[in-house]
Amino acid sequence: MYVFLAIAAFLSIFPLLWTAISATNSSVDIIRGTMLPGTYLLQNLNQLLEMADVRTAFINSARNAVLLTFCSVLICSLAGYGFEIYHSKAKDRVMSMLLLSMMVPFVAVMIPLFQLVSNMGLLDSTIGFMLPTLATAFLVMFFRQNIRSFPHEMIEAARIDGLNEISIFFRIFMPTMKSTYAAAITITFMAAWNVFLWPRIIMMDPASITMPMLISNLTAGYVTDFGVIMLAVMIATLPTILIFFFLQKYFAEGIAGTIK
Amino acid sequence: MQMSERAITRKPKLSLAQKRGLTGWAFLAVAAGLIIWMNFYPMVRGFYIALQSGVGANMQFAGDLNFRRLFADPQFRQTISTTFLYLVVQVPIMLLTALALASMLNNRNLKGRGIFRTAIFLPCTVGLVAYALVFRQMFAFDGLINTILINVGILETGHNWLGTAWSARLVIILGLLWRWTGFNMIFYLAGLQNIDRSIYEAARIDGANPFQQFWKITIPLLRPVILLTAIMSTNGTLQLLDESLNLTMGGPGITSRTMAHQIFATAFQGNPNIGYASAMAFVIFVMVAVLALLQMKVGDKR
Repeated sequence: MYVFLAIAAFLSIFPLLWTAISATNSSVDIIRGTMLPGTYLLQNLNQLLEMADVRTAFINSARNAVLLTFCSVLICSLAGYGFEIYHSKAKDRVMSMLLLSMMVPFVAVMIPLFQLVSNMGLLDSTIGFMLPTLATAFLVMFFRQNIRSFPHEMIEAARIDGLNEISIFFRIFMPTMKSTYAAAITITFMAAWNVFLWPRIIMMDPASITMPMLISNLTAGYVTDFGVIMLAVMIATLPTILIFFFLQKYFAEGIAGTIK
Repeated sequence: MQMSERAITRKPKLSLAQKRGLTGWAFLAVAAGLIIWMNFYPMVRGFYIALQSGVGANMQFAGDLNFRRLFADPQFRQTISTTFLYLVVQVPIMLLTALALASMLNNRNLKGRGIFRTAIFLPCTVGLVAYALVFRQMFAFDGLINTILINVGILETGHNWLGTAWSARLVIILGLLWRWTGFNMIFYLAGLQNIDRSIYEAARIDGANPFQQFWKITIPLLRPVILLTAIMSTNGTLQLLDESLNLTMGGPGITSRTMAHQIFATAFQGNPNIGYASAMAFVIFVMVAVLALLQMKVGDKR
């Protein structure tokens, strides 16, 4: 059993480890099969910065992902709260209808969505980037499931104290559900940071390029320097790995709350 | 928002329950509106576009022309069979491995559970494009895998992994297994935590070995979670695009190209034909819906 787990863990980590090591080596050493950290990190970095506008792409990705995560988590948690706390049969029916949207593949709607965003003049914009995933049935369901464990007495008590419904949400509910929010933020941020197809379609201006687009362009172009590519991959991956390590405890709890 | 205003202005006429009901609708209105606008509306609109043909602004109603063309299109048929190859080979292996890993990690006496769990989940934190490029480098002709295989003595000269149809597809499958097994494992682990441990105790006393416990207790009790992961994986595989585009670039030729990649290429590259691409997209939608229904039928049987 330990052998099996150790192999699985090794195979899972190895490509990442190799990426990190390769980012510090020259292309020649990587091809030779070096497994040790090298001294080529700065050269690789200089070469990468010369070839691609990493700064712009990183800032764009960060802005897009942070704004999308913030808005999406807010909108979807409000909805999950509405569905669960003010529960009614009609709302249940609406929820089941919304869940059907999870069956709609993104490729099936990307062409009309592109036309829609283009007609609204939102190509190359953060709003255009955010629109399709601002509200997802998955995240609404995620909040709804996790809210089931929220004690309703707290709401009643707050009502008696004279708080209105919206303040109850912001002042009582949100602070209590910190771990659910942390999990939702982790999931949403990872998806928003890594999304490739949608920005690839709507970001036409080189100044609007995102990190996944940048690293995709690197290999599609004439760059064959392994070290440079691996360094770019590392830079594109670090934010999500960091977020995961900070919030991983909540992440597992959140998934557990959804499946119950 | 509109609704909450109405709730306030009509305050005297509404009972408390009605008022609460309307407040609830106000809470969920934005999300519901966005989901309808961004999913259901484009779905209908996409079907409408699929009935048209032409380029740019010169779109004309063409009836079922695009759909008739679809079934005779050898390229589209090839991408369908490639996608289904990925689906049929990768999804069962991945789900079984994830289940096995999860049931091992659910053992409380296991040392280093947290480390194993984190390690196996780690690939999920890597973006699809990023991991596709890592695999592209690893399986390059002068890449790591060939170097290892030659040094160990398994291969005389390097194998052109991405330049050969069967191995290009294999690399995509390996990539998918690497990226998604840990993701499914987390779902199973969460599901396993809800299973009462005394069931296993009882089974052990009755003389059931770990294998029997796995098949007779774990799998039946996890059925809803397995169903959920099966539907998610099927859905995801049918829409596979980033890997095809970045790892193998669909090649050699179009032998490792997925349906979604074909749609993307038809709609946004070369001579764009969005009518025809929309018809293909509609086919994927029907496949996703049919397979999900089938899985629910099979999964619900007890």
